[in-house]
Amino acid sequence: MRSLLAQVWAIAAKDLLLEFRSRTAFLSALVFTALVLAIFNFARDPTAVSSVDLAPSVLWITFSFAGVLALSRAFTLEKENRAIDGLLLSPASRTALYLGKTGANLIFVGAVEAIALPLFALFFNVPLLEVLGSLVLVIVLATIGFVAVGTLMSAMAVNTRFGEMMLLVLVLPFLVTPVSAAAEMTTKLFAHRPFAEWAAWLKLLVAYDITFVVLCTLVFEFTLEE
Amino acid sequence: MTAIPTAERALRRSGVWMAIALLLVAGVYVRALAFTPEEATQGLAQKIFYIHAPSAWVAFLAFGIVGVCSLIYLIVKDPRLDLFAASSAEVGTVFTTVVLITGPIWGKEIWGAWWTWDARLTSTLFLYFIYLAYLVLRTAVEEPGRRARYSAVLGILGALLVPFIHVSVYLFRTLHPMPVVLRPGKPELPGSMLATLLLSFAVFTIFYFALLARRYAWARLLEARAETEADRDDASR
Repeated sequence: MRSLLAQVWAIAAKDLLLEFRSRTAFLSALVFTALVLAIFNFARDPTAVSSVDLAPSVLWITFSFAGVLALSRAFTLEKENRAIDGLLLSPASRTALYLGKTGANLIFVGAVEAIALPLFALFFNVPLLEVLGSLVLVIVLATIGFVAVGTLMSAMAVNTRFGEMMLLVLVLPFLVTPVSAAAEMTTKLFAHRPFAEWAAWLKLLVAYDITFVVLCTLVFEFTLEE
Repeated sequence: MTAIPTAERALRRSGVWMAIALLLVAGVYVRALAFTPEEATQGLAQKIFYIHAPSAWVAFLAFGIVGVCSLIYLIVKDPRLDLFAASSAEVGTVFTTVVLITGPIWGKEIWGAWWTWDARLTSTLFLYFIYLAYLVLRTAVEEPGRRARYSAVLGILGALLVPFIHVSVYLFRTLHPMPVVLRPGKPELPGSMLATLLLSFAVFTIFYFALLARRYAWARLLEARAETEADRDDASR
C-alpha cells in the first residue's frame, strides 16, 4: 500500500513538475476559463435573466470545458518521444500510473477552478463566501467524477485518429451526471435552500464517483499496450 | 481454407432466421392494426406504440449485451466477442434511431410537442450518444487488438452510465413538475392491447437476435475473406 502511494505520488509529481516548468497548459486553460466567463456576460439579457439564475450553469459549463481541455494534456505529453514506454518499463504498476495521472489532473483542474471561482463571483456578483464550504465540497466531488473518467478516456483518445475531437465525443456523455448534479446543487446553494433539497443529488454524485473511480482503475490497464 | 464456406453457410442460415423474424414482425402489425381495438382518446396515433415501445426495449437490451460481451472480452480476449459486441452496437443504434424518430411523431400528436426533456426521452438520447461514440471510436482505431480493447472499455463504462443518466434526469424532472398536458399518462391497458404489446416485445426481441446473427455472420465472412487474401499474398511472395 505504501509503495503504491509512493508510486502514485512519483508519477503525479513528475507530471506537475513538467507543467510547472512550462506552465503553457495551465495558463492557456486559465485564460480560456476567464474568456468563457466574460463571453457569457454578453450572451444574456441582464434585464430579463438575473445573473444568479444563470450563474450555476455558466460555472459548470465553464468548468467542464476547461476540465476536458486540461485532460488531453496528460497523455499527449507521454506520446511525444514515446515517453509512455519509459513509464511502462518502470517498476510502477498500471494502477499507480492511472492514479498518478488522475491525481495530477485533479490538482491541475483544481488549481484552474480555484482561480476561476473568485473571478466567477466577481463577474456574476454571487454571494460566494456564505456558501463557500458546501460549494467547495460540490466542486471537489464533481471534479473527481469527471477527471476519473476523463483521464481514462484521454489515454485511449491519444492513440486514435483526431484524438482531441475523439476525447470530446467520448467524455461528454459521461459529464451529464456529475455536471447536472453539481449545477443543481449550486443552484440550491445560491438560493439558500435547505440541505434536504439537494441531499439526493449529493448521494447520486458520491455513488457516481465511487463507481467510476473503481471501474476506471480496474479497466485502465486495457488502454495500454500489452 | 475452410473458413469462408463455413462463414457463408452461417450467413445463409441467418438469412432463414431473418425471414422468420420479418414474417413475425409483419404478423404483429396485422394484429396491431386490424385486430386490436383503437385507444379511445389517442385513436390511431397510439398504434405507433407497437413499434416505439418494443424498439426502446431492444435498444437498451442491445447495449446491455454490448456491455456483457465487452466484459467477457477483456477476460478471455476472444476476438469473436468483440465482433459480436460491435454487431450488437450497430443493430442497437438502428433500433435507437427508430425510437427517437417514432417518439417525437407520437409526442407531437398527443403531447403537442415534438420533444420534451422527459426522463426516458433523455436517457434514450444519451444512449444514442454512447452508441455513436462507440461506433466512432471503432472507426478511429486501426489496429484490431487495440480497437477491441478500447471498444470493450467504452462498452462497459457506457453500460454503467445509462442507469446513472436515467436517475439524474429523473431527479431533475421530479423536482420541477411538468405541465399536466405534457405528462405521459400510464393508461391501464385493456387485455387485447396488452397482449399485442407483449407480443410485439417478444417479436422485436426475436427480430433483434436475427439481425444480430446476420450482422455477426456477415462480419465473420468479411474477416475470413480478409484472412484468406492475406494468406494468398504471403504465399505469392
